Amino acid sequence: MVQTAPAAYDSKVEGNVIISRLDACINWMRKNSLWPMPMGLACCAIEMMATACSRFDIARFGAEVMRFSPRQSDVMIVAGTVTYKMALAVKRIYDQMPEPKWVIAMGACASSGGMYRSYAVLQGIDHLLPVDIYISGCPPRPEALLEGLMKLQHKIDRERALADQKKELMEVL
Amino acid sequence: MTHADVLAKLQERFHILAKTDFRGELTLEVPLAEIETLCQVCKQELGFSFLLDVSSVDNFGEEPRFEMVYELYSLEQKLHLRLKTKVSEDHLEVPTVSTIWPTADWHEREVYDMMGIRFSGHPDLRRIIMWEGYPFFPLRKDFPLEGKPSEMPDVAFSDTAPLAGGPFVTSPTDSGTKDREPRARRLD
Repeated sequence: MVQTAPAAYDSKVEGNVIISRLDACINWMRKNSLWPMPMGLACCAIEMMATACSRFDIARFGAEVMRFSPRQSDVMIVAGTVTYKMALAVKRIYDQMPEPKWVIAMGACASSGGMYRSYAVLQGIDHLLPVDIYISGCPPRPEALLEGLMKLQHKIDRERALADQKKELMEVL
Repeated sequence: MTHADVLAKLQERFHILAKTDFRGELTLEVPLAEIETLCQVCKQELGFSFLLDVSSVDNFGEEPRFEMVYELYSLEQKLHLRLKTKVSEDHLEVPTVSTIWPTADWHEREVYDMMGIRFSGHPDLRRIIMWEGYPFFPLRKDFPLEGKPSEMPDVAFSDTAPLAGGPFVTSPTDSGTKDREPRARRLD
């Protein structure tokens, strides 16, 4: 005998249905599966690797899937000194990432050039890319990177995903 | 074989312009025209099979302005030898030694990249650190630390770095990281 009761009061799915805003759902999914594009250019990359390891465990925040392909990643972590020779390669990789995308400038060098006030170093990756989170430190400890990641999650949580990023879809609807 | 034997053998055939002995390290200065054959003799007859380093010096304001430095080592006899040769700014051309020691290939590319000294006979004389097309030679003494702006679309670009009143240097102190960390300081 097949049970054909409608999804209503006293049905099997009662209590398993949550009503929310679409924005909140999208943001919740996005912020808990941030796949990083590790742009490890100097010693900050070592701290980023430590963040991914078991003691600090970036997997707790859903960001353990380091993608070495820009097409599969959501957040670029620029970890290290960006030289002028590397800068356009970083920009090119950023351009290949699908929207929506975010950028974390990890450490003093990526944020401002750091102590490298010289002819060879870009004075902050924000000259080329829109940076969402700056993390201080030289290099920052893994806790600082996790704090930056949590800040980014908080920022994503407040985005108006549909209104801002799906304008054409909203017009059709 | 000792340094004295090396010196005696080289003096028979080459013009040794100057010789310095400092803490057991022998440095010989030779004319630019003889450096290639001298290196060949050093490797094939004297057993200096290992080229440790090739570098260059910019004696800005002097004539001749540049100086090439070759660090040789003999693994069999545990003997070190340094060769120097002066290079004039009007004729920045030095014969390559990468045909003698293949390791000189990248060393000479770095010298070319940073100082602008060209190497005749080099198999692949391109810039090694800065990008191809960069118009300056940044390790020369008349090149400012903050750099000069340059433009090369799709390859690289550069701007002058904000020095904020002095080069960014650390200063040795026991008082802690706050005072030690690199800041803009005048070097007086």
